[in-house]
Amino acid sequence: MAQTLFEKIWHEHAIVTREDGNTLLYVDRHLIHDLHFRLFDQLKAAGHSIREPDKLFGVPDHSLPTTAKTLADIPAGEMREAVEVLESASKEHNFTHFSMTDDRHGIVHVVGPEQGITLPGLLLVCGDSHTSTHGALGCIALGIGATEVQHVLATQTLWQRQPKSMRITITGELGFGVTPKDVVLAIIREIGTAGGTGYAIEYAGPVIDAMSVEGRMTICNMTIEAGSRCGLIAPDDKSIAYIEGRPYAPKDAEWDKATNYWQTLKSDNDAVFDNEVVIDGNAIAPMVTWGNSPQWALPITDTVPDPASEPDASMRATMAAAIDYMDIKPGMPLSEIAVDMVFIGSCTNSRIEDLRAAAGVVQGRRAKVRTLVVPGSGLVKKQAEAEGLDKIFIDAGMEWREPGCSMCLAVNGETLEAGQRSASTSNRNFRGRQGVGSRTHLVSPAMAAAAAVMGKFTDVRDLAERT
Amino acid sequence: MANEPTIEPFRTFVSVAVPIDIANCDTDQIIPARFLRKALDDPDYARFLFHDLRFNAEGAETDFIFNASAYRGAGVLVSDKNWGCGSSRENAVTALVANGIRAVIAPSVADIHYNNCIQNGVLPVVLSDEDCATLRRQLRDGPGAEIAIDLETQTLTGPDQTSYAFEVDPFDKHRLLNGLDDIGFTQVHDQEITEFVNGYSARHSWAG
Repeated sequence: MAQTLFEKIWHEHAIVTREDGNTLLYVDRHLIHDLHFRLFDQLKAAGHSIREPDKLFGVPDHSLPTTAKTLADIPAGEMREAVEVLESASKEHNFTHFSMTDDRHGIVHVVGPEQGITLPGLLLVCGDSHTSTHGALGCIALGIGATEVQHVLATQTLWQRQPKSMRITITGELGFGVTPKDVVLAIIREIGTAGGTGYAIEYAGPVIDAMSVEGRMTICNMTIEAGSRCGLIAPDDKSIAYIEGRPYAPKDAEWDKATNYWQTLKSDNDAVFDNEVVIDGNAIAPMVTWGNSPQWALPITDTVPDPASEPDASMRATMAAAIDYMDIKPGMPLSEIAVDMVFIGSCTNSRIEDLRAAAGVVQGRRAKVRTLVVPGSGLVKKQAEAEGLDKIFIDAGMEWREPGCSMCLAVNGETLEAGQRSASTSNRNFRGRQGVGSRTHLVSPAMAAAAAVMGKFTDVRDLAERT
Repeated sequence: MANEPTIEPFRTFVSVAVPIDIANCDTDQIIPARFLRKALDDPDYARFLFHDLRFNAEGAETDFIFNASAYRGAGVLVSDKNWGCGSSRENAVTALVANGIRAVIAPSVADIHYNNCIQNGVLPVVLSDEDCATLRRQLRDGPGAEIAIDLETQTLTGPDQTSYAFEVDPFDKHRLLNGLDDIGFTQVHDQEITEFVNGYSARHSWAG
């Protein structure tokens, strides 16, 4: 019977399938970060141990101030405790841990692919909703809750219901200045923030084929913002080339065995999806979100919508509340919205290609507002410095920081002040996401850089054409 | 071990219900991220639920409906579509539990949050947009009104005694009714896991 890519990987990991369809799945890779530091005591108190510590990889990311180079630089208290406990647990339980003084550390969803921990065909989990990122390499990657994290620690398995299948095909080719972030914001705008609920989403089509592996990660990363916890893309020559030679990737005969298997990992031609969505890639423009949901994204050339035109009463009320919260007006051009701060980073957009795209816009210009540039890992930081990108940012008056999640969810001491507005390359524009009373607009790295040098949202295509 | 309840079993539940008229109520609204490192036994834990909607910058209560006296002690929430979207933080559910909330009724519930509810003995009930809107209106019009839920028969009774049938996954129902934690349940399958791992490791030695 014809199978989708997701079904092939799912069935390969099914240990027990109950009559009601719930399935006990084997977990190949488990990633853990500092916010789960309390779980180790809870696991011990419940009398459990870690079943396969060699499948567990830990890295601090959420609680790291991006000015901190060592543990001593983190203010005493729960932030430092979270980072400390994760590291000491790695020693006690003997799992791999990339400490904050190790160049390999960074945001867990940047580190996994970068180290070759993430591979096609695997089932990977992490107690973080942006685990969907890893699906870009052709694996099932699921964000899970804290109790499920404990379950995986204790059993190396996870109970799940098989989701329905959706394929999103992006046709055509992207125009000048249009990036993977714009594509995923266009997707979320199209299907809505609950459009993917209950589904695993496979991305396909010429735009995805032509896209870099890092760009695919940006797409899969924000799959959760469309309501689906699992986005994935079939492995191809490009993804296999990306993986080859990475530290935790298979070597020699195992590499050959792996790549032979990975070649089979694609949806069969006659596989049937529960839902098919086609989006015209030619029509996608650089996007900006205006409200407190990622689905409220529009081309930079557009204006703030009028809630009066929304037929659904509760959605109309929510839109009006968002416009009020964001302190904008219906009909206002997005390009007239001024920003107080710019954040370039997060598991969505902190890889080397993201930093290159931002630097390309910044070069030769000055930031008009405070701008934080936070690389996704120590290795991304080193690469950027080798290419001189750090100089471009610093010369523009921007702040070049240490890796971490930073202002994406702002639990490391780096926040907006109440009422401040950001252009942010992160993934969520929820109320208060970047600090109590903060106002977040989501954009691509190039668009964030454009907002930084212009002080307001600006069509990056105009800036680039001028140079 | 697998048959002993480790979380409070959910069978029948009758409680005051509070309407939350927010579509796409994300987990950052349910519990702001700055509380995610707090211990579950933190004496302030219950206050973290809807914190920035419930309290102003000075810590005083706002006019958010959850603060209204008639809804105090509500054990059921009725919300709008896409409840619990956003992050995987289970704290969003433990904050509900800390306030005695055992059921959330909504037109749709985000996938990860849904699973987190089940893991903590909270029943997510999905009803139609119209039914949820009706219930919220009745609760607004009659503050302090109650909703009754019978998980065994999968029925919910609104403030006007209208009865609604709801769907629930049989496995979720079994775990909620018996208060089972998954680890205990999974350990029953230990032999199958071991056999699976042996076969899998041979087939996919590259993945080790």
